[in-house]
Amino acid sequence: MLNFLKRLWFIIRQPATHYSLGFLTMGGFIMGIIFWGGFNTALEVTNTEAFCTSCHEMRDNVYQELKPTIHYTNRSGVRATCPDCHVPHDWTDKIARKMQASKEVWGKIFGTINTREKFLEKRLELAQHEWARLEANDSLECRNCHSAESMDVTRQSKLAAEAHERFLFTGERTCINCHKGIAHHLPDMSQQAFVEPLTPTTGHLERGPVRLAEIEAYLQSARP
Amino acid sequence: MKRILLAASLMLAGSLALAENQLGGIRPVTPLDEESEARQIPNVVNSDVRQVRNYPDQPPVIPHKIDNYQLDLNANKCLTCHSRTAVEVSQAPMISVTHFMDREGQTLASVSPRRYFCTQCHVVQHDVEPVVVNGFVDVDRVLDFMRGKKEGGQ
Repeated sequence: MLNFLKRLWFIIRQPATHYSLGFLTMGGFIMGIIFWGGFNTALEVTNTEAFCTSCHEMRDNVYQELKPTIHYTNRSGVRATCPDCHVPHDWTDKIARKMQASKEVWGKIFGTINTREKFLEKRLELAQHEWARLEANDSLECRNCHSAESMDVTRQSKLAAEAHERFLFTGERTCINCHKGIAHHLPDMSQQAFVEPLTPTTGHLERGPVRLAEIEAYLQSARP
Repeated sequence: MKRILLAASLMLAGSLALAENQLGGIRPVTPLDEESEARQIPNVVNSDVRQVRNYPDQPPVIPHKIDNYQLDLNANKCLTCHSRTAVEVSQAPMISVTHFMDREGQTLASVSPRRYFCTQCHVVQHDVEPVVVNGFVDVDRVLDFMRGKKEGGQ
């Protein structure tokens, strides 16, 4: 192995004997265009709704749910496609997300969510990943279109204006904290809090019978 | 002869009634074999101003849009603002205590399943004139009327 590497290094160090300098530079240039262009084109193809919905997992579940929402059908006809919300627009972030997505290829090959039942079972976990991602990046994908500066609260309903003034403009909350389930159906939220309350409350109880002794122990531990 | 006359007059009356569309009700006037123009879908009242209840136990109407609110076994979008723990954030009215009671009147820790589906009782309002005439009179106005009558009588 080491011998092979040494030989390779030796060959690379040698000046080209048969090919002209022009051929090598021009060839390198042209191949560079082909490979870099090809890479970016392939990247862009995977960044389209047509690509996402070419798999039945996406087409039959989440895509159908998107259709009646405002992000697909609305008065002005401007709409968001899958990657607008689910893939970062900046190059480095995009590549990082694409690398993560290789696990989704794995899931596709081994049929992790290839039936409706499997999808529904996984839905909470999948949704939690997206919520966590959007919370971590301050709802970056929302803000690619919805900027707080351009938001005219006088054109909003009283309720919306108050909520945005209190939580969005102060930076106390980010979009996804309140706007969950706007483009796809929500998973079973009985163990979830939509919006974390300002005053912390005790957590949700686990489902199933809870013995009195357990409750008493819990109340003891919750005591300050 | 009398019978023929009666039948003729009935037919005439019937055709006149049809011509004036007295059978119409809330149905559009267009004849059955023609297609009527669809009415514009009215806007939902989105004022966020609470409306008067017509009687004390009337379910309050919803003064805002609820388009695409998910309300099923998985999630209840209304409770993101109207639940007990959410009202501090949302400043929305909390669902009433009756919603925590089961049918025996026992108060539960969370919303009773029979009160879970909000839109069974609570509805949005549309910005339209009533289609049929409503003769409902508020009880306060009835009381005012009674008082006035009594005072007038004495």
